[in-house]
Amino acid sequence: MKSIRWLMVLPFLGMLGGIPFVNRVEPYVLGMPFLLFWLVAWVIVTSVIMAIVYRFDPAVKEDEQA
Amino acid sequence: MNAALIIIFAFLLFSLYLGLQARRGKDMNLEQWTVGGRGFGTIFVFLLMAGEIYTTFTFLGGSGWAYGKGGPTFYIIAYGCLAYVLSYWMLPKVWKYAKEHRLMSQSDFFARKYDSPMLGVLVALVGVVALIPYLVLQLKGLGIIVSEASYGTISPTAAIWIGVLAVTIYVMISGIHGSAWTAVVKDIMILVVAVFLGIYLPFHYYGGIQPMFEAVEQAKPGFLALPDKGMSASWFISTVLLTALGFYMWPHTFGSIYSAKSANVFRKNAIILPIYQLVLLFVFFVGFTAILQVPGLEGSDADLALLKLSIQTFDPWVVGVIGAAGLLTAMVPGSMILMSASTLLVKNVYQVFVPSATDEQVAKLAKYLVPVIALVSLYFTFRGGDTIVALLLMGYSLVTQLFPAFVLSLQKQNFVTKQGAFAGILAGVATVAYITLSDSSVGTLFPSLPQVVQDLNVGIVALIVNTAVTITVSLIPFRSVRADAEKRVV
Repeated sequence: MKSIRWLMVLPFLGMLGGIPFVNRVEPYVLGMPFLLFWLVAWVIVTSVIMAIVYRFDPAVKEDEQA
Repeated sequence: MNAALIIIFAFLLFSLYLGLQARRGKDMNLEQWTVGGRGFGTIFVFLLMAGEIYTTFTFLGGSGWAYGKGGPTFYIIAYGCLAYVLSYWMLPKVWKYAKEHRLMSQSDFFARKYDSPMLGVLVALVGVVALIPYLVLQLKGLGIIVSEASYGTISPTAAIWIGVLAVTIYVMISGIHGSAWTAVVKDIMILVVAVFLGIYLPFHYYGGIQPMFEAVEQAKPGFLALPDKGMSASWFISTVLLTALGFYMWPHTFGSIYSAKSANVFRKNAIILPIYQLVLLFVFFVGFTAILQVPGLEGSDADLALLKLSIQTFDPWVVGVIGAAGLLTAMVPGSMILMSASTLLVKNVYQVFVPSATDEQVAKLAKYLVPVIALVSLYFTFRGGDTIVALLLMGYSLVTQLFPAFVLSLQKQNFVTKQGAFAGILAGVATVAYITLSDSSVGTLFPSLPQVVQDLNVGIVALIVNTAVTITVSLIPFRSVRADAEKRVV
């Protein structure tokens, strides 16, 4: 299940790959300009992804026992 | 004496007390002093790592960039987040290797991995050359914050001397334990101050965050997105990638990895830290609010946006709390920098040339070097002039040059030789120096390329040169040439 770590590629693709398409001010979401909202949303998604990776990464258990 | 001044001094004394009591019950050998005896849990490591983001530069510069540059400021949120993703993968490997070999500094890691003390010397020197201007930047920020927040009753010079004195004392006595304890106060302060200002100010002046952004958009259409040229989308993406790679290459950040007590500390932190750095959002909100409320701050004066707006809005005691938070954002990274720089110079430069020095002598010398480095930084802070500005611009790019040799050394079978690593770092550093001193951009170096390429962060060029040289030189079989020559002599 070490392959779960491949999920960590997503923040790079999403956050940066999206930039050319979301580089605008409107619409405002949660009070923020769209570009800023996009980045903030990806920061939160990143935390969720890291939590999923942590939960399923066998290396975490190995190091706990060590 | 006004209320602001009393509050700033109270916090200074409190953090000095915390910094000093942190020593209690510890035998301060080099391992305790510089990496906390490798015993820090999730919270301390979290605070030390988070401390690297909330420096005076983010406090003043984050709001200053929002005020002066707009949309491009958002890169700060993106690079931290991606650096933490990388940390999940890289940091446990570094930590395990460091524990196994009892490493104390960043340079130790390179020297050990490549089995070359001379490579260690080079890495240490690159680190120190990047660290000192970074410390100078913190000190200048400290001077600005305290003198503004004290309504001019303390001059920047006096503020800087007082701050440096406090940091030097607790670093010499408590080492990284002092930094960790003051980081606790600092993070609570900055959290409260940033969230409060970032919400209160837009509501106070515009009745909300969206109305504030709408007013800015009306006054400066497109300011809240990236421009088509210059700091465009391709600038954004390349800058975020470069800074995310360089993030952990700062010697004091790298060194704080060793202080953890287990590898899972980093994996847990990689979940929380991305969200935690969203506190920076509120710092940005303050900068955007200031645009129409304290207009006319040009150039580096933009960094004063947060303080000017706060002074205009609040009573002195609130300004005092903001000043105290600002003071701490300089002191915590400042203490880590002082400690790392002296450890590097003593352990990775001095001890290489004077191998007879005992561990005890090295530990003692490292502590005595702290005030020396502090004085050198003070000298540059007061009379640095243009040299220090050039070094500052180079700092981040310089440490990023350590990345190729570092990341390749994490492979199970590393094909990079010590000669390759050495030559690559040198070539990268030379390229950074040339680019900075000649004020080049990708556009000036390659004017015929399309705009998308021209806007790329010029640091990419140095990293490509570095990687190419590292790989090419590694393919030259130095060892076997010498072995052949020896055979022939025999």
